[in-house]
Amino acid sequence: MMSDIPAAIPPVRSSFWKSELLITRLISAAGYSAVVFVALIFYFLISEGLPTLGEVPLKDLFSVRWYPIENYFGILPLLGGSLIVTLGAALVAMPIGIGTAIFIAEIAPRWARELLKPLVEVLGGLPSVVLGLIGILVLSPNLRRIFNFPTGLTAFTGSLLLAAISIPTIISVAEDSLDAVPRSYRDAALALGATEWQTIWRVTLPAARSGVLTAVMLGIGRAIGETMTVMMVTGNAPVMPTSLRMLFMPARTMTATIAAEMGEVAQGSTHYHVLFFIGIVLFLISLVVNVTASAVVFRQKKRSERILS
Amino acid sequence: MTTPQPAENPGSLLSKPSGFSTHKKSSQRNLTQRLGFGLLTLIALGTVAPIVLVIGYIVVKGSPAISWEFLTALPSDGMRAGGILPAIVGTFYLTLGTAIFSVPLGIGAAIYLAEYATENRWTRLIRIAIINLAGIPSVVYGLFGLGLFVLFLHFGTSILAGSLTLSIMTLPVIISTAEEAIRAVPQSFRVVSVSLGATRWQTIRRIVLHESLPGILTGVILGLERAAGETAPILFTVAAFFLPRLPNSPLDATMALPYHLFVISTQVPGMPVKIQYGTALVLLSFVLGMNLLATVIRSRARARRQW
Repeated sequence: MMSDIPAAIPPVRSSFWKSELLITRLISAAGYSAVVFVALIFYFLISEGLPTLGEVPLKDLFSVRWYPIENYFGILPLLGGSLIVTLGAALVAMPIGIGTAIFIAEIAPRWARELLKPLVEVLGGLPSVVLGLIGILVLSPNLRRIFNFPTGLTAFTGSLLLAAISIPTIISVAEDSLDAVPRSYRDAALALGATEWQTIWRVTLPAARSGVLTAVMLGIGRAIGETMTVMMVTGNAPVMPTSLRMLFMPARTMTATIAAEMGEVAQGSTHYHVLFFIGIVLFLISLVVNVTASAVVFRQKKRSERILS
Repeated sequence: MTTPQPAENPGSLLSKPSGFSTHKKSSQRNLTQRLGFGLLTLIALGTVAPIVLVIGYIVVKGSPAISWEFLTALPSDGMRAGGILPAIVGTFYLTLGTAIFSVPLGIGAAIYLAEYATENRWTRLIRIAIINLAGIPSVVYGLFGLGLFVLFLHFGTSILAGSLTLSIMTLPVIISTAEEAIRAVPQSFRVVSVSLGATRWQTIRRIVLHESLPGILTGVILGLERAAGETAPILFTVAAFFLPRLPNSPLDATMALPYHLFVISTQVPGMPVKIQYGTALVLLSFVLGMNLLATVIRSRARARRQW
């Protein structure tokens, strides 16, 4: 930001300039640290996870049986578990998240906005174990009673809580992109005789389309990566979901599998390598989601803060 | 022919100027609008009500468990009785350790991005890396911490390994909020400082950082709040299932509040519900306290800002 400022007149002491140079070096190093960390994370996942491919034949790895004690390392049920829980979460979180974002950006009076935004931030900051506890003690017994399930610990319970976790992300990114729609668009629509509702629905929302899509993607990205809540409430049965009905049965996600089993495996065993391999899969999913989303964000020249928080 | 209909606003919901309606089906359009706005209001309420309910519920159910003993005693009877002091202390140390590593690095990176970097391919790479760091699932951070800090660098399961893992996870939040705060400082401040003979670093340290401090602080606290509440990254790097003593050095393993809450709500049969809610309340107070602090700093800075 300061590149357009002419350099200052050099003072006499040279040690002074040395320290200035050192500081500049340190700051550049800090700047590149994020790149180094992403590379390190990828390197360690690869070095611990890739041996899997030599130890487990591909057709066993992509099979439907996960039973590590007897050396069945089929990761498809875990992938399926993650997908079905996330799908459920997306179905719940999308309308609620986008609806709330529209409310905050377009309809809410100032006081309501000032009240809603910090509350949504609080939801984003709730520790996932606390939500998990509520899931175990309050949500799942009630779901079981209401729907007459054999157990309350199902993929659906996980979906509801994951929705709560991804809603703050969806709201803040979607609200940002609605805010970015120029005021003149709305004025033009209103001047042509459209109602406020028509303006929102046919002008503002379509104009913010790509941002809203990004919001949903980032929300889904958060849901796939969430660990503790799903581990606590989904019942942890590695069953391959074959139909949507499985949403109401126990499931097990990739993240929960790593969290639950890593503590008990021997370092360097096949099981250990497979768990890191699942880590690679998760890393790649988040990479795709975030790079795609950031491409949209870069185009819109938006700040990265909202998608981060 | 054009008749303004200010009455079409549903009550006080609208603060913006209303549209004009001339259509012959205008009453139907108004009805649609009223229904639509009502629906969105309901949805927004549906988002907020559970948050308030959950927090209220935990406060109500958890406060009977809170006592001096609960906060200051070691757990006993297989965690079914006694206090949670080691978990509180552990989380405190972890948050402190995370701050030690992530704050200088994060602010440094933010200064680089806001003050030094030009918009080129490398800077873009840094930004993509930051966005990726923010998106990586917490349990993958756990795997990474296990691979690098615990095993490769032989830190063992320790506060050091856990703090480093949490630091990297916290970094993107701190960088992006700090960068935004630094960029918000008006350019004229820098020009004046440099024209008075200050070097670039003197300008940054004495002028830019001074002015952007509240914004940076807000970001730091929000980042640390997340670190304090996380469980997955510390599962394999720090957390002790049951360790009824206080840690002596950064290389000690420790109990931590979020992991302890996980343990007592899923792994210990016959756990009194009161203690579960009590622990949740302590963790929640810790996290929400930090959130509140950040909000207060932000709004005070906003009110006081001269530019």
